[in-house]
Amino acid sequence: MSAHTAVHESTVGHEWRGRAGMIGLIIAESSLFGVFVVAHLFYTGKSVNGPYPNDVLTIPVIGTICLLSSSVSVALGARALGRGNVGRSGAWLLVTVLLGATFLAGTAREWHRLIYRDGLTIATNLFGTTFYPLVGLHGSHVIVGLVMLGLCCVFAATGALRAVHAARVEMVSWYWHFVDGVWVVVFTVVYLIGR
Amino acid sequence: MSVLSPTLMSPEAAARRPWLEHAHDWVVTVDHKRLGILYVVSGLVFFVVAGIEATLMRLQLAWPGLHIVPPETFNRLFTMHGTSMVFLVGIPIVFGFGNYLVPLMIGARDLAFPRLNAFGFWIFLFAGLLLHWSFIGGEGLSGSGSAPAVGWFAYAPLTSRAFTPGNATDYWNLAVFIAGVGTIGTAINIVATTLTMRGPGMTLGRMPIFVWTMVTVSAMTLFILPPLSAAQIMLLLDRFLGAHFFDTQAGGSAVMWQHFFWFFGHPEVYVLMLPGFGFVSEIIPVFSRKVIFGYATLVAATVSIGGVALSTWAHHMFVVGMGTGLNAVFALSTMLIAVPTGIKIFNWLATMYGGRIRFRTPMLFCCAFLFQFLCAGLTGVMLSVAPFDWQLSDSYFVVAHFHFVLIGGLLFAIFAAIYYWFPKVTGRMLSERLGRWHCWLLVVGFNLTFITMHGQGVLGMPRRIYTYPADRGWEMWNLVTTLGVPLQIVAVLIFVVNVAVSLRRGERAGDDPWDAWTLEWATSSPPPEYNFETIPVTTSRRPLWDMKHPDDPDGPHE
Repeated sequence: MSAHTAVHESTVGHEWRGRAGMIGLIIAESSLFGVFVVAHLFYTGKSVNGPYPNDVLTIPVIGTICLLSSSVSVALGARALGRGNVGRSGAWLLVTVLLGATFLAGTAREWHRLIYRDGLTIATNLFGTTFYPLVGLHGSHVIVGLVMLGLCCVFAATGALRAVHAARVEMVSWYWHFVDGVWVVVFTVVYLIGR
Repeated sequence: MSVLSPTLMSPEAAARRPWLEHAHDWVVTVDHKRLGILYVVSGLVFFVVAGIEATLMRLQLAWPGLHIVPPETFNRLFTMHGTSMVFLVGIPIVFGFGNYLVPLMIGARDLAFPRLNAFGFWIFLFAGLLLHWSFIGGEGLSGSGSAPAVGWFAYAPLTSRAFTPGNATDYWNLAVFIAGVGTIGTAINIVATTLTMRGPGMTLGRMPIFVWTMVTVSAMTLFILPPLSAAQIMLLLDRFLGAHFFDTQAGGSAVMWQHFFWFFGHPEVYVLMLPGFGFVSEIIPVFSRKVIFGYATLVAATVSIGGVALSTWAHHMFVVGMGTGLNAVFALSTMLIAVPTGIKIFNWLATMYGGRIRFRTPMLFCCAFLFQFLCAGLTGVMLSVAPFDWQLSDSYFVVAHFHFVLIGGLLFAIFAAIYYWFPKVTGRMLSERLGRWHCWLLVVGFNLTFITMHGQGVLGMPRRIYTYPADRGWEMWNLVTTLGVPLQIVAVLIFVVNVAVSLRRGERAGDDPWDAWTLEWATSSPPPEYNFETIPVTTSRRPLWDMKHPDDPDGPHE
């Protein structure tokens, strides 16, 4: 093998540095969520006192629809920036932020109802013990994503966001897709299996 | 100002700068070499602290019925010793070497995310100081200040508020959690660097074995450390918000903590050991003047150890009563992992076989490593047999086993690495004469302490007891165990003197004092901040051999 072909063999594009880092972060985060999911599954049906999931949980339809469709809008936003259209990109990112915020508002209403009407807190029983940390961990990731997306919107509005930043916004969109994917798992575990 | 790096100045100009500017440079640095040095040096400082804790414990246990330290203090000592040695000594030293060497070995100018790297180091140091602050800041049972006393694996329900009031356990929980965050960041960094920043020609199949071990353990870290962090979040919620994760009275499970902890804890041993294997795999060929034997099998063994290690954790829990099925599965997976590990031993032996061996200090440490790590592995296979483990679990036999792994194996490999790469890092050689004293005293002291420790273990002495009656036949074993300690202390002191003296007066090393073959020796000692003036082109597994012998390159033989 000549040295010349070897030069081409391992030259990896600069953008892959960030992608590799984001994939690493997503693996680590999945592993973090995995343990909370395992704990929730393991303790399903083992609460020694109520309220039980059947009595108090309702399926968050609107929030789920909003969050899942925000994956589409963030992808459109990242793609628009890749094509150099900052205005369109900012608009789609703003749509994503609004959809994510709607999801969070739904969670907030659900928690308020659970705590004040149904009297379920983290200390009430095993259901509360596993429900709040799992859904809350996901919610905190939504908040982090909203902060990053919100900053992108602000930068788009002030003109600081340019087409050269497309690779970075793409990373934000990867993170957001991950947060959405986690919700699919959490939704299944908490609202379908656990109920 | 720090804009001008000291390496870009003449040595005289650098020497004239006030110490505050030097310190400032070290604090704000994002250079992987400086951060690597900071990691290793802070790891060694914590090593001395945790070593003093071990010495106090050995004094307490030297003879039946002694009261050198109070019982509560004894519990704190073994907790702090274990926690420090794993999280503040093993991990930072291993990742520190990875920090320093990985970019140099693959022909890169830095890690992928230099600022994340700096963040990882400083948050680790903060975690170490937070843990040790517990000696002063915890409001303990006695009010005399308290360090955590729950053991380094902090089993539930001992960690619940009912059994450990005060904040000592929270210091353990938060400090280890914070250290874990830094380690995850560094692991992501090393994976991204090795995958995307290798220099021209540095294919995966040509990477030095040490880089292979670092990328394997970094990938493992991404899978195993977050579960520990998750379990620690659960513990925090249990202790502060009244959650019931590990609260058996509300239906929670204390055994779940054990599963989560050992899902991290056992692979963690391999996270520490594999880079040790990496050191040995770099050093033995250079001092045997031969190419490493079976490069491909070594890489395959490294990766398969990394994979199998994820499924052996519950062999720490045979005595919990998991049932025959699970016991069998975990016994078998534990025996299975001995196979790739055994392959590596044969790789190293076959590399030495027929070589022109130079017994310089790094090689001496590697030879001691081979014998001691073999013993450690053999007792490991013994303990994988569940019925045997039922007899000896939580006895000093287990303590002897894992100290053989982590001292006889890892620490000897780390010292070999320090003697080997010190010339590259500082530009000076360590004294060969002091190095020999260091190695031989440590070999004698270590084996005196830890071979005998198997003895009191087989005779039934449980670990973590404060003292013991005189009629059990444990006295002589314990006395000999403690007698090995002063030899080890002298050995470490000789090492400290060696470093201090050689830093100023050591023989100049030059770029390549060992006539080695990997890329870090192709640049100056110490390397400039940008590592290489021109990025070297790799044409085989021994790029520097090819540069030195253009008439006889390695490529055609691979």
